[in-house]
Amino acid sequence: MLVGNHERSITSGAAPPAAAPTDRLPARRMAAGVAVPVALLALTGAASLLIGSGEVGPVRSWREVPGGARDPEAAFAVWHLRGPRTLVAMVVGAALGTAGAALQAVARNPLAEPGLLGVSAGASTGVVLVIALGGSAATLGPYAAVLGALLGCLAAVGAARLRGVGDDPLRLVLAGAALSGLLGSLTSVLLLVDNRTADEVRFWTVGGVAGRDLGALADVAPALLLGAVLLLLVARPLSAMALGEPAAAGLGHRPRRARLTAVVAVALLVGGATAVAGPIGFVGLVVPFAARALVGPDLRRVLVPSLLLGPVVVVAADVVSRLLVRPYEMPLGVVTALIGAPVLVVVARARRVPAL
Amino acid sequence: MTPPATPPSAQAADPSAVLRADGVTLAHGQAIAVDTIRLAPPPGRLTAVVGPNGCGKSTLLAGLSRLHRPAGGTVLLDGRDLARLPAREAARRIGLLPQSAQAPDGLTVADLVRFGRQPHQGLLRQWSPQDQQAVDRALTATGMTALAGRLLETLSGGQRQRAWIALTVAQETAVLLLDEPTSALDLGHQLEVFELLRELAAAGRTVVVVVHDLMLACRYADHLVAMKAGRMVAEGAPREVVTPELIRRLYGVEAGVLRDPDTDRPLVVPRGLAP
Repeated sequence: MLVGNHERSITSGAAPPAAAPTDRLPARRMAAGVAVPVALLALTGAASLLIGSGEVGPVRSWREVPGGARDPEAAFAVWHLRGPRTLVAMVVGAALGTAGAALQAVARNPLAEPGLLGVSAGASTGVVLVIALGGSAATLGPYAAVLGALLGCLAAVGAARLRGVGDDPLRLVLAGAALSGLLGSLTSVLLLVDNRTADEVRFWTVGGVAGRDLGALADVAPALLLGAVLLLLVARPLSAMALGEPAAAGLGHRPRRARLTAVVAVALLVGGATAVAGPIGFVGLVVPFAARALVGPDLRRVLVPSLLLGPVVVVAADVVSRLLVRPYEMPLGVVTALIGAPVLVVVARARRVPAL
Repeated sequence: MTPPATPPSAQAADPSAVLRADGVTLAHGQAIAVDTIRLAPPPGRLTAVVGPNGCGKSTLLAGLSRLHRPAGGTVLLDGRDLARLPAREAARRIGLLPQSAQAPDGLTVADLVRFGRQPHQGLLRQWSPQDQQAVDRALTATGMTALAGRLLETLSGGQRQRAWIALTVAQETAVLLLDEPTSALDLGHQLEVFELLRELAAAGRTVVVVVHDLMLACRYADHLVAMKAGRMVAEGAPREVVTPELIRRLYGVEAGVLRDPDTDRPLVVPRGLAP
């Protein structure tokens, strides 16, 4: 349709046109974007309750699911060990998945992942510093983690805005790797210098949810909730910034304020998640990637499946971590890296990194 | 220097707003890009801003659209200082198509046009039937209804540009500002865009377009603004202001100015660089 049919244009625009048939498409995609992750979440959640690295197998576990505690050992495994850790894994996954989607929108880079860009490393270094200085990880941990994440996030977003770094998705990842490496060696130094805290510190080099209980979750709940609220508030302006900052400003948004709010939200979410589970990488890369495939690039839509797929990935990785080296467990952060690294390679090797 | 009379307001589909630059100076740091410009683009007309590269025409548009805060003077929207208007309220009355407009992969035309409703939405006011109607109207007005479900990256340059214009139309603003909407398009697609802009103006909007191509401006503009080195050097109907002297002054080019026998509009025929 080229120039022409101008007669039935603007001035006659008052007549309501027939319902646009294309409009049902987004609705259907959105339904799939919720249904598929919910089904996967139910599956992985059940697997997480039933499968362990120890002696209580799926069949014994299954009999205890209705409750009743006829088999005390199985009941303990299902409801006191696997239950809380599943819940922790879900919350951590939701936080990392949505934070990844938001960070990618701010950096306009599909490879911007909190773990890759040094945000998680910032958070864990914050906690390690508190421990090394003699503080209590339980009470000060969340604050230190959020603060560290904020610094890491500002560095990442600052780098993304540098000419020559921001325009090339891979260079930003390199800059992030450099920051992560720097922070990682700082953590290692603290670990070497202070033998006393070595055991406590080691957890912060590779994350995991084993043995994490609901109390740890309660400590970081305020940070996570605040992060989630900020993310909801900033979702619309952030989605418009995908059209370029002048266009977003033309739509009545304030890009600078939106960017800052999003950075704080990401810091709260990643800092909170890291304070509970340590640094867990690649979740924020894999999850938004899958979410975009389900519902398209609009951030407001991407956040919904991200919120659901984050828990799927972390819970699934946690189940795998129990099975790889039975009767021991592989650290969760190692498993997510095993899943995520190939995805990163595939995305990076694609002829063209998709524009965000 | 007086703008032509405004058309009968009865034609206007929207309440027309009056946008006025009152001695506006815009600076990039210390460098002054736009120097005390006085401009009142007439409602219901297509105003084209022309001038050589770096003359400040894009900066002027950024100033008119609130993106660039004036270092001096004021931009007035219906007599109110635009800089003091809340961002969202301004966006309900002034639509902007920036030059650098870019969309993420995987976005459909309808997805893009929906963004135009954001200034009308709020925390508690989510997507409404009115928003859907505005989007449908914008798609119809731009001839994009049949392409609504298509991915942007599968469209031709002209179609993609019309999709972006549809976004600003869905914004339902009385003022529409466009920065070089035809710069990357071939002749057919350029005309496609300008025919559309002329219609949008005819419906009562104040349309201001920064355009590189003097021939297009002469062909389509009701009102021409010529800028050089941050200053306005001519303003008025193309047939009145486009002269060999103006072309020489703007571009350093010797040119003949003929009349199109069909439209009575000026035709610029470049003959060589001015000595």
